[in-house]
Amino acid sequence: MAAEAAVANDQNLPPLANRTPVKTEEALKTLLADRGGKRYYAELKKLDVDKEALKKTLDMTFKSRMKTWLEICAHCAMCAETCLYYIANDRDPKQTPSYKIQTTLGEIVKRKGDVDNAFMWYCMDTAWGKCTCCTRCGIYCPFGIDMGVMFGYLRGLLYSQGFVPFELKIGAGMHWVYNAQMDVTPVDYVETMEWMAEEWEEYYPGLTIPVDKEGADIMYVVNAREPKHYPEDLAEAAVLFHLTGADWTIPSTVGWEGTSLAMFAGDWPCCTQQVKAVYSAMERLKVKRYVGTECGHQHRATITEGPYWAGRRDGLPPGEKPSLHYVEWVLEVLKSGALKLDPAKKIKEPVTLQDPCNYIRNHGLTDVTREIMSYIAEDFREMSPNREHNFCCGGGGGANGIGLYRKERDIGLKVKRDQILATGAKFVVSPCHNCWDAIRDLEEVYKIGIKWSFLKPILLKQVIVPDHMKPKEEAA
Amino acid sequence: MYEFVSGPLVWISFGIFFIGCLVRVISYIKGLDWAKDRVAYSAKGIPGAVKSIVYWLFPFGSQAWKDNPVFTIGTFVFHLCLLGIPIFLLGHNILWDESWGISWWTLSDSTADWMTLIFFVAAIFLVIRRIVNPNVKLLTTGYDYLIIAIAAAPFVTGYMAYHQWFDYKTILIIHILAGEAMLIAIPFTKLSHFVLFFCSRAQLGMDYGIKRGGRYGRGICW
Repeated sequence: MAAEAAVANDQNLPPLANRTPVKTEEALKTLLADRGGKRYYAELKKLDVDKEALKKTLDMTFKSRMKTWLEICAHCAMCAETCLYYIANDRDPKQTPSYKIQTTLGEIVKRKGDVDNAFMWYCMDTAWGKCTCCTRCGIYCPFGIDMGVMFGYLRGLLYSQGFVPFELKIGAGMHWVYNAQMDVTPVDYVETMEWMAEEWEEYYPGLTIPVDKEGADIMYVVNAREPKHYPEDLAEAAVLFHLTGADWTIPSTVGWEGTSLAMFAGDWPCCTQQVKAVYSAMERLKVKRYVGTECGHQHRATITEGPYWAGRRDGLPPGEKPSLHYVEWVLEVLKSGALKLDPAKKIKEPVTLQDPCNYIRNHGLTDVTREIMSYIAEDFREMSPNREHNFCCGGGGGANGIGLYRKERDIGLKVKRDQILATGAKFVVSPCHNCWDAIRDLEEVYKIGIKWSFLKPILLKQVIVPDHMKPKEEAA
Repeated sequence: MYEFVSGPLVWISFGIFFIGCLVRVISYIKGLDWAKDRVAYSAKGIPGAVKSIVYWLFPFGSQAWKDNPVFTIGTFVFHLCLLGIPIFLLGHNILWDESWGISWWTLSDSTADWMTLIFFVAAIFLVIRRIVNPNVKLLTTGYDYLIIAIAAAPFVTGYMAYHQWFDYKTILIIHILAGEAMLIAIPFTKLSHFVLFFCSRAQLGMDYGIKRGGRYGRGICW
């Protein structure tokens, strides 16, 4: 309380709302002390626009693809029905994706960057409050105009001018300072992992955490929320690697964390720094491939978009074998038999499956999760629509974390809510941190009586533990 | 006047049309950048590009076309007539034959006549849609109506000329000018989607084919 009051009243503090990314621990702590971003947003209402810099950025980065997208839009509005915000907001025409992007980025381009503070606020409200960058609109446009990608680009322009939601300015700052989306150091992480191994060893004798193992097959990379808030996720992952005899390791340096709030914030240099940390760790340890945790934006930032931020022409991460999202690794060990599940323990109640945008629509792993469902559930009910045509959970693109647009996010959750209700299932499998959070929040807001889960706990409930791996008392 | 519009102006307008379209396509391709677009452009993307074009070039190919059946029919009928009538019209074919000695299959005059009326129905449908659909209305500007007018003018005047309404020679000249205006407008206006549809679709197809799932074999199902 004292710290917040101090921030609110301190006339000696440099402005919190500015065009400078947060790159030091001190700056991060100062910003964090401004509860809810009260002072930050008050200052942001008065931040002027560096029009010259904006025009220069456009000249350097706004090329054929997006230029053409904005120019040839036929104003057909086929994109309207594709957008979760349009549907959730009672089909408000102003939520039509084309309208949203033409009145923001389209205007900035037309005016060659000659825009004011109020207009940038409108752009910020739209880019983060009316779009999760799920890219569903782009696959329904006759000209292939990807408005989700354009909103990502717009976020970059806005961020460079200092117009970014409070929590994402902090989030990008976290990655600058910690190479992780939260204030967790590599030492904290390794300690947490080893503590989990100690705790769970009595159930899984021989459970260890191989740290910095050179030449390992897999380098496992996680989301900072796991050591910070959900350490059991780490334990579950370690146990599954242990039970399947995986040759895995974790780095003891930065590069242990693979998410990127910087991507949601539009801080491209930070995205580069973040992903290079992961690749450096992979190269230092000479691992054969990366396996990520059950996270959508981690996969997008590190594997799909990451190679480009790291300057890799082939668009692929390092490693002699393809890098995998957790669901791909799960399917691999299910198919090879390394992970054996007891069919009698399959989920009997109706269960449905979320399709996280970041690795389904935007990375094609549609059939992977479905095949996994055939191993773990008896009564699997697809959402409608599903696969790459499924709707965003409503929490992606940073939406889950932004206080300023919490109301808008809660309205957006209605679409996923209705999809789940329509399946008749009360159990949602959701192998993605943001989707999991969004579904948790939709239950809190709309109380439809559902439960939801990642894959790891389900697998551990159903796994057949080889005899030699059971605790001595059990094996007897 | 007739000699001018059916002589030098034909050369000029077709020249502007061909060169203009070529310039649009070349500058589109030149402006692509693997690092800025974040797509590792390569020949590996060709199947994705083709898939992206083909699913959208035919009615009810993509999910979006299937979800919007009335609009799909209106759009495809409009475009089929827009391209089919001028290319396969007997009256135009005769001119090509006289000038260049080339000729091809033609529509019967009565078929072309009916197609023109169907084209008008489709055009009117598109205009009504712009007025009546609230999402389209919000997006629509005068420019959108102008584009439809530029595209429809050759057909209105062509119909009038064929049926010899008013003074034939005058209407014919206006018709020729309307057609040339449309050709010239194509590279410089939204009518450039004549070529940019293929460019933009190919680009997105490559994006999905290389980066967003195509490497895993299945790629996106449009």
